[in-house]
Amino acid sequence: MRVELTVNGERLEADVWAGESLLYVLRERLGLPGSKNACEQGECGSCSVLLDGRLVCACLVLAAQADGHELVTVEGLAEDGELHPVQAAFAETGAVQCGFCTPGFVVATADLLARSPNPSEDEIREALSGNLCRCTGYAKIFDAVRLAAGS
Amino acid sequence: MSATARTLELGRVGESVKRIDAIPKVTGEFAYSSDLFAAGMLWGHTLRSSHAHALVSEVDISEAVGMPGVHAVLTHSDVPGAKTYGLEFPDQPVLAIDRVRYFGEPVAIVAAEHPEQARRAAERIRVAYEPLEPVVDPEQATEREPIHEGRPTAGHGFRDDERPNVVRTIVIRHGDPDAEADVTVSGVYELGIQDQAFLGPESGLAIPDAEGGVDVYVATQWLHIDRDQVAPCLGLEPKQVRIHLAGVGGAFGGREDLSMQIHAAMLALHTDRPVKMVYNREESFVGHIHRHPAKIWMEHRANRDGKLVNVRARILLDGGAYASSSAAVTANASAFACGPYAVENALVECTCVYTNNPPCGAMRGFGAVQSCFAHEAQMDKLAAELGIDPVELRLRNALAPGDTLPTGQRITGSFPAAEVIRRAAALPVPEPEELPRDALRLPGGSGNTTRGEGVRRGVGFAVGFKNVCYSEGFDDSTAARVRLTASDEELAAEVHCAAAEVGQGVVNVILQTARTELDLDDVVLGAATTSSVGSAGSASASRMTWMAAGAVRLAARAANEELARRGGNLAPGETIDVERIYHHRPTTPLDPETGQVTGDGAHVAYICAAMRVVAEVDVELGLTRVVWIGTAQDVGKAVNPQAVYGQIEGGIAQGLGLALMEEIQTRDGLITNASFTDYLVPTTLDMPPVDAELVEEPEPDAPYGVKGVGEPPTVVSTAAVVSALRDATGRELTRVPVSPDEIVGL
Repeated sequence: MRVELTVNGERLEADVWAGESLLYVLRERLGLPGSKNACEQGECGSCSVLLDGRLVCACLVLAAQADGHELVTVEGLAEDGELHPVQAAFAETGAVQCGFCTPGFVVATADLLARSPNPSEDEIREALSGNLCRCTGYAKIFDAVRLAAGS
Repeated sequence: MSATARTLELGRVGESVKRIDAIPKVTGEFAYSSDLFAAGMLWGHTLRSSHAHALVSEVDISEAVGMPGVHAVLTHSDVPGAKTYGLEFPDQPVLAIDRVRYFGEPVAIVAAEHPEQARRAAERIRVAYEPLEPVVDPEQATEREPIHEGRPTAGHGFRDDERPNVVRTIVIRHGDPDAEADVTVSGVYELGIQDQAFLGPESGLAIPDAEGGVDVYVATQWLHIDRDQVAPCLGLEPKQVRIHLAGVGGAFGGREDLSMQIHAAMLALHTDRPVKMVYNREESFVGHIHRHPAKIWMEHRANRDGKLVNVRARILLDGGAYASSSAAVTANASAFACGPYAVENALVECTCVYTNNPPCGAMRGFGAVQSCFAHEAQMDKLAAELGIDPVELRLRNALAPGDTLPTGQRITGSFPAAEVIRRAAALPVPEPEELPRDALRLPGGSGNTTRGEGVRRGVGFAVGFKNVCYSEGFDDSTAARVRLTASDEELAAEVHCAAAEVGQGVVNVILQTARTELDLDDVVLGAATTSSVGSAGSASASRMTWMAAGAVRLAARAANEELARRGGNLAPGETIDVERIYHHRPTTPLDPETGQVTGDGAHVAYICAAMRVVAEVDVELGLTRVVWIGTAQDVGKAVNPQAVYGQIEGGIAQGLGLALMEEIQTRDGLITNASFTDYLVPTTLDMPPVDAELVEEPEPDAPYGVKGVGEPPTVVSTAAVVSALRDATGRELTRVPVSPDEIVGL
């Protein structure tokens, strides 16, 4: 079947098999592998994207369900070649190690700060509890969120 | 809170430098092994054993071959070269031959146009299994029929142990193993199977060349040893197999062994098309080795003044179905069994056995994690028995330079055990938070299970250590190549090193070293590949910073010397291109009978850490909350301090996971929780703030005095977290992960 999506402001079309997830279609059919596949069960948040402005795990959405909807992926956060403040903060604070979780964390953090520009410590922890990181122990990710919130 | 000083773009050794891959990683442009694409590529899929132990009488691929989109269905008879491989012993079939020895063992591989077509074709392969009784109890493994014919690990200078299914036995006899003392404490400790749970699943892309060779782009920890295992199985010369590092989504030991490398290469060569393979999470859980589960019996004998007199330990490791790096893990578990303490008498017996449980091998901490959990529980028990403060007891026994380990090795380098103990103990422990407080700040968290009733607080302490670099006579080296060029009379350098960047930040170590030695900013790092530079050895054993810095420094200094010979200048177009191989000082084997060092000593150097933990437990529900962790770690010299703090914080999280939640569960050898729904790793709500202090006592033999930093936090944090839970509950808590059942009902 054919789906039409607006991804990062661009209208895209893809021929998909009905069983394909939005994540698969983004990664394998639309050339946007920034969203990562680490669990395919909505447990790790590595595939976090904004679907009509709402934070979702792209692995839990069928591509067909996203037909006609608007998406923002990690590739769409930087504007005019300028890093999104959250991206700059992650790079600056050492919140990136292997980086596999980073796209998901960056999208989830951008979503958090859009809703709550100065989140408390508990708010940060709760908002990002759906994103797993195996490298950093999260300390520098919290630093990044605070730095981005202050910028 | 962690340090957040601003980072530099182009730093030298000792400065906090922004990762060179940070920007592509935050924008999503960084290409991990699962992101690769080649025109015309096929998708590979692996059919895996549904049995833990069975004879395989037939693999019928006839239905699968004709499925839509399918280009190849291969079994063991299609393996072009050697039928078995292995990191240290070639005991593992590329594809099952006549028997499967663990749940999830690869049996057949498929290549198809779409991953779903490949998966469905694999389902149509008919495998005739004749189930065998699996060996799942490691305590009985030495009395069961051998799982392997012959003895795959025999004849490597190991102690003779003729019992069936023994991978390796080590006995360390030191002083008088029967020495008596004023008090004795004993305990039996167990650890479950931990998984590396790196987020980027096993994956890669194999591309056939036009001359019978193949290029494999893969996430791995050691490119050249992959090549040296892959090429013989393909029946190719090493130069016909080029392994290139693709983006690695974490490793932690789990990428030391091969996963899809040979399979993808076989499919690519067979179809003459690029073939990509990507494991899903469930397959990843069965597709790599794990941390050895262990059972440890320990007895500590000490005098009234707290001085340790004798430590007696028996350690049983379950190696699972194949050897992997079990022999080296056995060595570490035994060599570090007594902890970073001076003890004149010891008897340590450690055996690793084959079973039909999931294969185990390298994971961060590598044998020292298991031993640390036991010896630190024993030190707390001894402190209670003697009425001595637990920190003071550790200080009275702390090893120092000039002391001798139970292996007979004298410590000649830096070993600031007492300093890390003092520094960690001096970190201020946060005051208990007042009630009422937000549910997130109580055990049970947003489950809102308590308002503070039934909650008790405890403070724990632990110390741990292990070795840096490979041991026991392994000829360990790292190559680096430095190429100097000139344009417009400005010098520029390109550095090649095959060190695997797995997230730890070795790419920056390489660049910082090169910029320091060449005194140049204009330095770029070439891609890590077997085709442009010699072996870097493994990104393992906390060795990569030391070894990469050593190799790059050597090559850079050679380039400087050549430049000086040419008058300090290069003409445009002129180049200097030098490759150098760095070796750390040699090591020698342990005596197979006594476990005592021969020659120079079994280990290169040691690293230690001490940790203090505050935890709260809800004794009505058995729920826990780690409130705060403070640590002091011996790092030699921090090359990139920001990255060192990151290693410490991340390493602590993995040890906390083993203490509280992480365990691969099996039933009759079958893994029952192969998902992030059922195998829990710490989240943002589980990790407390960490106060980390770096103790920089330079290692005399090492470049810039560096040591490794990746493993000590993981070695010590499991022990330290459980120590805090013991303090809160008064219970022995002898098994990790600690289950709620062991905390409730006080």
